[in-house]
Amino acid sequence: MRLVILITGLLLTALSPAWGQDAAWAPAVPKASGEPHPEGNAYMRRWHMSMMKHDRDLTMYDGERGVNASIGECFECHAVKDEAGQPVTVADERHFCRSCHDYAAVKVDCFDCHRSTPEGFEEPPHQASLGRGILPTLPYSAQMAQVLEYLRASPTVTAEARE
Amino acid sequence: MTCTQKPAAPTRRDILKSGAAMATLQLAPGVTLMAFGGSEAQAAADAGKRWGLLIDAGKCAEGCSACVTACADENGWKGKGDAERDAQWIRKVTLKNKATGRTSELPVMCQHCESPPCVDVCPTGASFKRKDGIVLVDKHICIGCRYCMMACPFKARSFVHEPVTNQKTHAPRGVGTVEGCTLCVHRIDAGRIPACVEACAATGNGAMVFGDLRDPESEISRRLAEYPSLTLRPDLDLNQGVRYAEI
Amino acid sequence: MAMEKTLYRELPTTGPLWAAAVLLGAFLLGGLAAFAYTHHHGHAVTGMTNQVVWGLPHVFAIFLIVSASGALNAASIASVFGHAPYKPIARLSAVLAMSLLVGGLAVLVLDLGRPDRLIVAMTRYNFSSIFAWNVLLYTGFLAVVAAYLFVQMSRVPYGWVRTVGTAAFLWRLALTTGTGSIFGWLVARPGYDAAIMAPLFIAMSFSFGLAVFILVLAALFRLSGRKIGRMMYRRLGGLLAIFAAAVLYFTAVQHLTALYAAEHAGIERFILRDGGIYTWLFWLVQVGIGGLAPIALIYLPRFGNSAAEPILASVLVIVGGLAQVYVIVVGGQAYPMELFPGYEASSPFFDGTVSAYAPSLTELGLGLGGVALALLAVGVAAKVLRVLPTNLMDANVPGND
Ligand code: HEC
Ligand code: HEC
Ligand code: HEC
Repeated sequence: MRLVILITGLLLTALSPAWGQDAAWAPAVPKASGEPHPEGNAYMRRWHMSMMKHDRDLTMYDGERGVNASIGECFECHAVKDEAGQPVTVADERHFCRSCHDYAAVKVDCFDCHRSTPEGFEEPPHQASLGRGILPTLPYSAQMAQVLEYLRASPTVTAEARE
Repeated sequence: MTCTQKPAAPTRRDILKSGAAMATLQLAPGVTLMAFGGSEAQAAADAGKRWGLLIDAGKCAEGCSACVTACADENGWKGKGDAERDAQWIRKVTLKNKATGRTSELPVMCQHCESPPCVDVCPTGASFKRKDGIVLVDKHICIGCRYCMMACPFKARSFVHEPVTNQKTHAPRGVGTVEGCTLCVHRIDAGRIPACVEACAATGNGAMVFGDLRDPESEISRRLAEYPSLTLRPDLDLNQGVRYAEI
Repeated sequence: MAMEKTLYRELPTTGPLWAAAVLLGAFLLGGLAAFAYTHHHGHAVTGMTNQVVWGLPHVFAIFLIVSASGALNAASIASVFGHAPYKPIARLSAVLAMSLLVGGLAVLVLDLGRPDRLIVAMTRYNFSSIFAWNVLLYTGFLAVVAAYLFVQMSRVPYGWVRTVGTAAFLWRLALTTGTGSIFGWLVARPGYDAAIMAPLFIAMSFSFGLAVFILVLAALFRLSGRKIGRMMYRRLGGLLAIFAAAVLYFTAVQHLTALYAAEHAGIERFILRDGGIYTWLFWLVQVGIGGLAPIALIYLPRFGNSAAEPILASVLVIVGGLAQVYVIVVGGQAYPMELFPGYEASSPFFDGTVSAYAPSLTELGLGLGGVALALLAVGVAAKVLRVLPTNLMDANVPGND
């Protein structure tokens, strides 16, 4: 199925070069609860991985626990609920982190170890039964180019802004 | 943690605050403060400290496994009943003196060595010793080679043999990497004592004392100065953070 | 000159050659399937546990890596020690060394808990770890031997071959010392903690590597319809017997010195007398089949066909070698570590008890997959490169001087 979408995407991009311009790629990112990030959504989209990596090392090596980008906390605000009103795990494609990653063919291993739901919720075991895939992640698919385009087009997101 | 109970939308502050609130709660019972030897609750790893444990086998009750259960609950490593492959961050060992026949029991976990063999052999540097002497695995760079398990004289490390779910937020663990006792580093950073020590105190046995080995005023240092104690495998000269008395 | 008589040619395409390739390909696929299965379910589907953390895959990997260094024997004898009769087989020797190393490393890597993080292993080094040094020794070995093969195959003055060959020879000694030290530095376990591990591993590499070399040489010649003379077999067989004796000697020293140290008496009693499967593997397979039998076969009065003897001896050395690595790797872990001298320890985590280990089919599949990869690589190299002489009959092999 994914392959079909991918090929269709490729064809579409090839056939209509104007496609990406007015109808910009927009991921269906699930709504969050709580306060938005002071850095802004655009910044988060672009830099969430680097922020988490940075803060991960602070926690791991320096015991700094009041960090900003704690992967344990994301789901206090970014928990997507299913029909039954329960938070979905990363095994569900509606999960917050997968909303963009699936589309961009980004695969992260974080949830081999980290919970993908708020603390206290009893996760069903089906996530484990998925096992681990052996296919390597394709970092740059057809959509990836569009995603990056989209990210670059986002206002205020530049490398300098990060410093 | 908190926001599942709270209907109102949480803020980042709330979440941070909730951690702090927990810390004071736990500090309230005297035992906790005493174990710290009066040192203040810590916010982060402090190079001026060296955390350690003193285990008094004389007070460790036969058949009691409160420390083991507490650790498994706190860190979420309870297995599926495959004793050979399930993780075991802490275990109770029964000893029988070959000469006299006298038996005793004591818990064995990562001994948090000053010169840890696991850190020496780890090819990627995933096994490391924190500034405050706690020996940890940075699971983000662990490749699962298990050389540390070959090197550890105490069988203190386990390999995660199967995919896991429903981990604790503060104790991530996953298939293909090696793990072991963290001395409840997430609690220490919040000014609390390890779960095993807390559980042992709650049983009334009080066989475990946690504290700063560098602080001469801490309870652990005072006891070590006063009574005889030993480290396991003294021939290896590892200067462990975990000491035993009354074996 | 004698050298000029040797014509190196790519292997011709024969039916048996294809059949062998298909067979090896099947084993390679089996190995990959075993890897995929283990990776998907985690190591729970293997026989390995938290007590025996390195199992059959490591036995195969270490055997292949140790043999890789020994496979270079023929080349070293030719260009470092200047023995002309070994020159025609020097190229194959270098190719086999590289292939065996690649096969062994593949097994090692695919058995990691997180093989997807190989890039981490290649970019982050903890230089106090002998394992990290080994990563460098292995990659360096591939580079040095590749250069060695290149100078052998190109028209450069022979002095070059000698220089690069000497570098490769020294490198392989370092490599095997490094592999032995993986165990020798494990002070925690009584079965490993010994300096003798490094020279023992070097002797093992000489013997196992030569045995594999003899079999590969014989097989490739057979499959391609080329001929090897009696003298060549005799020469290689004689060398193999000496190396097998050296392994026996170092094994004896290993156990005698350990018996002498009181703290190792327990493990020695275990391996030599009470260890069940490990004791059988040690005396019967390692010492008897892999040591005494091949030496007897070579040295005792012959019964005829002199080609069969070194070939059979090689098979025996390999069987004994696998048993020896198994006893070292698995036996050393099965025996419990003593945390409390003077006490009898017991726990739900198997303190004080001998650990059970039953290798699973997936582990065997992965190990054999590595062997298949190594052999397939040699075959492909011999098919596309001029590494094998067309003829190794006695009249065509240069004499000594
Ligand atoms: C093999 C297990 C494992 C994997 C995979 C893993 N982590 Fe972690 N992570 C841990 C452990 C263990 C800690 C330490 C927790 C502690 O000390 O409290 C941690 C801590 C962290 C922290 C700091 C603590 C916190 O909650 O903020 C961050 C941030 C983090 N990891 C991010 C990531 C990201 C992003 C990924 C995916 C790219 C990832 N981790 C993958 C095991 C893992
Ligand atoms: C205090 C609550 C809170 C926490 C904790 C939190 N977020 Fe957010 N996040 C938000 C809100 C609110 C928004 C705005 C979402 C919206 O517009 O629906 C947002 C937006 C984002 C976006 C941009 C989404 C988009 O629409 O493009 C990303 C990416 C993101 N967050 C990642 C993270 C990550 C990664 C973490 C954990 C390290 C995290 N957030 C933790 C509340 C939170
Ligand atoms: C707004 C869309 C979006 C959301 C939501 C999102 N990501 Fe990402 N993430 C991306 C994109 C796009 C990339 C690839 C960026 C690149 O490679 O430059 C990425 C990359 C990453 C990477 C680095 C992957 C690698 O292989 O380098 C990590 C780790 C990551 N995301 C973690 C998370 C986590 C954890 C969450 C959920 C808490 C999350 N992301 C939610 C868009 C998103």
